[in-house]
Amino acid sequence: MPDQPMHPRDEDALRGLVPRVLTSLVRRGEDFDAAEDALQEALLEALRVWPRQPPRDPRAWLTTVATRRLIDARRGETARHGREETAYVQPRPDATEEGDDTLFLLFCCCHPDLAPASQVALTLRAVGGLTTREIADAFYVPEATMAQRISRAKRTVRGRRLDRPGDLAVVLRVLYLVYAAGHGGRVDLAVEAIRLARQLTLATPEPEARGLLALMLLNHARLPARLDAGGRIVTLDRQDRGRWDTREIAEGVRVLQSALAQQTDTRRPGRYQIEAAIAALHDDATSAAETDWPQILDWYDDLVALTGDPVRQDPTAVLARAVAVGHVLGAAAGLREADRLREVLGERHRWYAVRAYLHELGDDRPAAANAYAEAARRATNVAERDHLIREASRMRNVGNRGGAIPSQIGNGGPVDGGGGLPTL
Amino acid sequence: MPKYLLLKHYRGGPEAHRAVPPMDQWASEDVEAHMAFLKHVAELLEKNGEFVDAQALTPTQTWVRYGGPDAAPVTTDGPLPETNDLVAGWYMIDVDSRERAVELAAYVSSEPGPGGTPLYEWIDIREVMSDAPAQD
Repeated sequence: MPDQPMHPRDEDALRGLVPRVLTSLVRRGEDFDAAEDALQEALLEALRVWPRQPPRDPRAWLTTVATRRLIDARRGETARHGREETAYVQPRPDATEEGDDTLFLLFCCCHPDLAPASQVALTLRAVGGLTTREIADAFYVPEATMAQRISRAKRTVRGRRLDRPGDLAVVLRVLYLVYAAGHGGRVDLAVEAIRLARQLTLATPEPEARGLLALMLLNHARLPARLDAGGRIVTLDRQDRGRWDTREIAEGVRVLQSALAQQTDTRRPGRYQIEAAIAALHDDATSAAETDWPQILDWYDDLVALTGDPVRQDPTAVLARAVAVGHVLGAAAGLREADRLREVLGERHRWYAVRAYLHELGDDRPAAANAYAEAARRATNVAERDHLIREASRMRNVGNRGGAIPSQIGNGGPVDGGGGLPTL
Repeated sequence: MPKYLLLKHYRGGPEAHRAVPPMDQWASEDVEAHMAFLKHVAELLEKNGEFVDAQALTPTQTWVRYGGPDAAPVTTDGPLPETNDLVAGWYMIDVDSRERAVELAAYVSSEPGPGGTPLYEWIDIREVMSDAPAQD
């Protein structure tokens, strides 16, 4: 009889246990690397066995199975080396006595010595409780490649002291990378990032953690409207706002307000809170025309003020601000802002796309068409490339054919055999 | 079953059967029809159980070689960067025969261009070497 897949709700509960069990193993003195491997095996076992035989105490079950795996692994090692490896059972000095399991593990996984791709993979496995297979699928690489990436990452952090407070800024950046890595696969990484960020806000009072969670929620709320039925990108100004997730927006605003409430004259909001505030202003407009651009520009002013040399240190913020400048002070002013980035971003598709948008805003359609075409040539994502080509075509073709000449492809779509097209 | 790559090119290959301007200069409905067709091809291949992979490449090309001991890699954009062959992307298919691969490539080449009529684009078919022992 084939194994039943686990109910998604149960799977979530199972994955929620992973960081707690892993932390308890590490605190007990187990090596992080070995414990994480053992727990991954226990997790795979649970996914297989639990649908038929749900355990009475899931956490104890996971701990027991992982411990058994650890003992097996240690025996194997001992047999191979032919001598006792006492180092394995040497308890480490206790890590943080207090503090949350999730935070402790995030600091391990987001160790500054690791490359971002490794931080992301390790976080998804050790904190997110995803299987290697799921992480590999999410990033479209072979499972063996992802397994190797994770074990190399663990070798890098092995022996590093894990009892010092880690770098929260790195953790936030890693979670944002997870969020940005995309959606639509079997594992929705955006949802996963939101889940992890929510856990993080329970573990630390740091307002930037809540700023990040708010930013994710406020952007994610618009996701249902970002693509049309044909999978085409729909830009913010043309989205059907009725499809935005109002529940997510409400939560995002609430989380953001609680973060902003902690600001003082000496403690100004950080970048995630600022970006969340901008997202909230977009979400708050009932139509694109009602967008409060002056207030958005104020927030962008704060954002670019976070770095001493924003053009070089934070060019994407300067570029996004140029759009707000265009709306508040006019297209020409926005284009002047974008021009400041020519040296830094002049070969990136986004720079051309923003210029195109500003030309369109200023009703210079030929310039907009050229800039959209330049952007399309530099795009690194098929959906964006197609979108930019459509925009270029839209700018060039206004009234050209006026829809009067019917497409020869006909109503049956591209395979109806009309207009000289073959069928297959 | 043999696997084939159906390669599409930004430029290169035999002389174009039909010269067309870059796609950003097409009418919007022609752009839509073209993109819809390519999506339909991938869906058709999946439905037929012939799909393996489809990827698109950016048009930026850089040639790289080992620079020698203690030297940086040597890079160039090629002897004739404006005219050399430049692959745009591919479908990888797993099909019964070479004939089927040719049939599918011709179908891809019928993709609608300006005016909604076929583009007659040259498609480069390459067989993927197999790990399996030869059957003949």
